[in-house]
Formats: sequence, structure tokens, C-alpha cells
Amino acid sequence: MDETVSATGSDDSAGTNAETVSSQSTLDNPAQTNASEGAYWRENIRLLVTLMTIWFLCSFGAGILFRDWLDQFMLGGYPLGFWFAQQGSIYIFIALIFFYVIRMKQIERKYDLDD
Amino acid sequence: METQTLIYLFVGASFALYIGIAIWSRAGSTKEFYVAGGGVNPVVNGMATAADWMSAASFLSMAGLIAFMGYDASVYLMGWTGGFVMLALLLAPYLRKFGQFTVPDFIGTRYYSKAARVVAVICLIFISFTYIAGQMRGVGIVFSQFLQVDITMGVIIGMGIVFIYAVLGGMKGITYTQVAQYCVLICAYMVPAFFISFMLTDNPLPQLGLGSELNDGSGDYVLQRLDNVLVELGFGQYTAGTKSTIDMFCITLALMVGTAGLPHVIVRFFTVPKASDARKSAGWALVFIALLYTTAPAIGAFGIYNFIDKTDGTPYEQAENWFTTWEGADLIAWQDKNDDGVMQYRVGEAFEGKPEFTGETGPSGERVVANAPNPDTENEVYVDRDITVLANPEIANLPGWVVALMAAGGLAAALSTAAGLLLVISSSVSHDLLKSTFKPDISAKNELLAARGAATAAIIVAGYLGIYPPGWVAQVVAFAFGLAASSLFPAIFMGIFFKSMNKEGAIAGMVSGLVFTFSYILYFKLMNPGANTAENWLFGISPEGIGVIGMLLNFGIAIAVASMTRSTPVEIRQLVDSIRVPRGAGEAHAH
Repeated sequence: MDETVSATGSDDSAGTNAETVSSQSTLDNPAQTNASEGAYWRENIRLLVTLMTIWFLCSFGAGILFRDWLDQFMLGGYPLGFWFAQQGSIYIFIALIFFYVIRMKQIERKYDLDD
Repeated sequence: METQTLIYLFVGASFALYIGIAIWSRAGSTKEFYVAGGGVNPVVNGMATAADWMSAASFLSMAGLIAFMGYDASVYLMGWTGGFVMLALLLAPYLRKFGQFTVPDFIGTRYYSKAARVVAVICLIFISFTYIAGQMRGVGIVFSQFLQVDITMGVIIGMGIVFIYAVLGGMKGITYTQVAQYCVLICAYMVPAFFISFMLTDNPLPQLGLGSELNDGSGDYVLQRLDNVLVELGFGQYTAGTKSTIDMFCITLALMVGTAGLPHVIVRFFTVPKASDARKSAGWALVFIALLYTTAPAIGAFGIYNFIDKTDGTPYEQAENWFTTWEGADLIAWQDKNDDGVMQYRVGEAFEGKPEFTGETGPSGERVVANAPNPDTENEVYVDRDITVLANPEIANLPGWVVALMAAGGLAAALSTAAGLLLVISSSVSHDLLKSTFKPDISAKNELLAARGAATAAIIVAGYLGIYPPGWVAQVVAFAFGLAASSLFPAIFMGIFFKSMNKEGAIAGMVSGLVFTFSYILYFKLMNPGANTAENWLFGISPEGIGVIGMLLNFGIAIAVASMTRSTPVEIRQLVDSIRVPRGAGEAHAH
């Protein structure tokens, strides 16, 4: 059962996909395209690390690890740590995703890789 | 009009709507059946994802969990929303760029192995069936609470409805019914929440109401009063927790990663036109989910406050209408331990187990329970947590149509999730097992037929699991998240971000993560529930959070095995390069 299926071979669905994509991305000037794809990917990773750090800090950080300390501050009737755990982190999650959507579009345009 | 008539009217009308949509949008090709043709607008897909994601448990039980767990329930709020950040940033756009129909498609192709595909199918089927059992049970409970039919009959009716629109419509039918279901469920959830928030705090927005002062002239904040009231009765503070920090941390992470690894959620992102739409769509999904998830803490806190306010110290004869209504539905019971006719609510179980009503009426008019009283507590009130949501409309004195809307909303939540799960089960059977593994020469027409056959079989199994649930439903759901976190998520993540991850590593990782997590949950939840206490847990992590260790095990073993076996073929490296850039996603490939 563990027979290897080549990505460009017998498995038709995978083959079509791999071919279409690789032929497009290396169409004009392979070296230049690869360089810009590499730069694009590094910039994406940097952005991901930043955003996932915020993701971690607002939920696991503010909502769980530093909650006791934050609870001495009040946001209206909410102790601040409790607010992060039950409200704030969710709002920040939404903001993170939409920031990523907008920022990625800019990065993709910069490297001419948008869809 | 009678409330009962209104309930039949609302539920009937919503069912007619779903079936109408199914007939209008039925699938004609495998591509339409698996991914709705791949042309769904990202906002529409976001709404469908929200309905797909929010299950019977989110709608009926979550606010109740929060009410009775306070801060500890934050694990669900953060866990079930934070996973969408991981989806949008780490998985969805790349899987959409890859452009296939199913999650095992990605794993099988990326790891150039039929074995990897089959392992992924096994994980997927296991996760989806444990999850769907809870949904069918939820359908049965709503039917029995609101429409006075028994649970078995309710499950069968639910099976019939899902059969019509999932089997006929496939992903295309499901997508548009889920949009309608989202609208029904969110209205049903928000309307009573606005009124209750306004009733207690003069602020109709529950998210703000929870942080406001009570309007009884005391100037106390809601949460502050709740803390004080609970402490007086012997409970811990509402805003403090009882779970250990490591357990809070691990459960939250397991739920987040599990959410990102649930196949029925991932597959929704295959239906949008472009990779960038997948990101956008995940954002919209979270907006629609957050509407309910930021309201739930308010409903929970208001619910428990109202409940204590209206029961503790109140003579039974003066109890509010809703109290006796839900006592009649077996969800509340009162045992007058000190024979004073006054209800007392304290910490601890009033008596052991669920109430067994004798059919007699006590001196105050209450339904007598046969259970032996628990001598360790003065608590006299038994309450089912689901009451927090179910009794809302009556507590707020809302008219009958709101109760009817609640019934339709609960059913919408359960049915939409059930349909999404059925679809991933049926497509993994017809597409991954038949078309891609065992019978590659199957015609498109027969594949579609097989998909419909598999969906039918899955509905029957799900219905059976709903009628005879394996253990308590919530325990079953812990399985789904833990398994998704420890098996599918790491395999997909490494497939995108670690170019050198090979077939041997991925398979070893998935199998070890799955086996470890499965055994741990099985042991503590089903084989030896008596030992399910913090001192017996590995590193103090409960079965709900153990998926995190399973995930780390998966990553560790996969990386170790991959470093010792032959490297990834060059065409797979090119495939990974290609899914990393959004350009050229185009159409999902139809066969």
C-alpha cells in the first residue's frame, strides 16, 4: 500500500496542480522569479512571527499567564485580565487577521506575486 | 398565538427554507459536491464557516459552561476563536493555493504517499464521527425540549432534513443553507441577550453590559456583585479560576490547534476563488463567530446572577414561572432538605446524579425527587447548565416568538455543523479512498454517486450514535479537538513550512500523535474515569489539554524520523514552493 506516488506522475490531480504552478512561476526569468519568491517568503515569515507573537501575548499572556497581575486594573466593571480572557483577546484576533490580509496584499503587489 | 404553535411554525418554516435552498442549489458535478464549484464569495463563505463551526454545544451549552465555571471557561472562548488566527495565517491560504478537494488530498500529495493519505482519512473519519455524534444528540435534545417529541424521534427527523440537503446539495447546498442557518441562530442568540442586558444594566449591548453597573441603584458592577454573591454562598469568585495555570494553558492551546486542524472547517476554505480570499474569509468567519462568542460570557454571567437572585432565599411557592417550566422539563429540581419551603442554593451537588422524579408532589407543590440527599451541603437546588440559554427568553419575559426562535436557532446550529461533518466524511470516502487510492478508474458520475452513498451511510451511523451516545457528549468532543491537534494540524503545518519534511517523518508523527492522545483520553475518560484527577495526570494536564503533548510528540518524532530517512523528492520541493506564493491559484481542479 505504501507505494510512492510521484507528484507529477500517476496521481493525476497532483500532477496537474504541480505542473500548472511551477510552469507559471518560472516562466520568464527563473532566477529572478525565485529570488523574488524567496524575498517574499522571508517577508511573510517575519510578518507571521510578529503577528503570532501578539496572538500569543494577548491570549496566553494577558488572558492566562499575567492575568492575576492585570486583574488589579479595571476596564469599566471588568478586571483587565478577565476582560482579555473573555472579550479582548477575541477582538485582537479579528484585528490580527485583517491586518494580515491587508499587509500581505501589499507585500504580494510589491513582489508582483498577487493572485 | 400559543407558544407551542409558534415553535412548530418557526421550526417548520426554517426547515422549508433549508430544503428550498437545497433544491435550488443542488450539486451537478463532483467539484460542486466537494467544494461548491470553488467560486464562493469570501464573506458568504465566512458566514457559512461560522455556522459550520458553531455547533449545538456552542449555541446551547457554552453560556451555561461559562455561567457555572466563570473564569475557567475562558479556555473555550479563547480556544475556539484563536484557532482561526492560526487558520488564516498558517494554513488556509496555502491549502487553497494547493487547490484540491479534501484534507487527505493535501497530505497524500505533499507526502507523496498513499499510506499518508489513508492515515489522514482515518484521523479525519474518527474526528468527524466523534464530533457529529454530539450534533445529532443536540438535535434530539432541542426536539424533546421544545417540540415534545422524544429524543429518538428528534434525531430521526434531524437525519431526514440533513439527508435531503447534504446528499442532494453537497457542498454547494450546504454552503447556502449554512448562510441561512447562521442568520437564524445569531438572531435567536442575540435577541434575548439584548433584552437581558438591558433589563439588568440599562445597556442593551451585552458585551458592554457585562462591564457595567447594575441598574438596581447599588452602583455595583455586575462582575463585582457576582463575585460577592458567589463567595457568600460558598463558591469561589466568578472572576477567579480553579484550574491550574498549566492546564488552562494546555486546554486553550489544544482547542486552538484542534480548531485549526478540524477537517470540516479547513475544507470550507477550499470553496473560495483565490488564496487571498481564503485569508479574508477566515477573518470574516471570526467576525461572525465573535458576535456569539463575545455575547456568551454576558449571557453566562447574567444567567447565573439571575438564577441565584430568583431562587436562593425564595419560597418555592413564589418561584418564577420559568423555574416551574424547566422543573417540568427535568432540568431543574428542588429538594427541601430542611422542610422550610424556602429554596437554598449553595456550593455542592444537592444530591447525587440526575434527578429521578417520583411523580408525587411535595408540600410546597414541587416535584419530589427520589435521589438520596447529599448530607455534605445545604444546597437544595439541582440545575442543568443548559438552562442558562434555554430559559433566557422566559427570564427576560420575552414573547412566545422569541422562544420559538430559540428552538429554530438551536436546530440550525446543530444541523449546520452536522451537515459540514457529513460532507467531509463522504468526500474522504468517495474521493480519497475510492478515487485516489483503491479505484482510480472510477468515472466522475460514479464518484458522485459514491459520495452520495457515503453521505447516506454516514448519516445513518451518526443518527445511531446520536440515539445511543457513547458516553457523555462533551467527553466525546474532547476527543475530536485533541486528535485534530495531535494528528492533522502538525502534518499540514510541516507540509507547508518545512520543505524537508518527508513521507516517513509525517506518517510516523501522525501515528504517534494520534495513538498517544487517543490512549490518554480513552484511559481517563472511558476506561478509568475514577483516576481522572490532577495528581494522576501527566504534568498535571487534563485529557482536554493533552492534545498539546500529542502535538509536540508528533512534531518531535516527525522531525527526528525525517532527519534519518531519505530527503524529499525535488518535485515535492517545487510543489511546496508553488503553494507558498498566491499567484496562479486559479480554479480548483475538477477531474
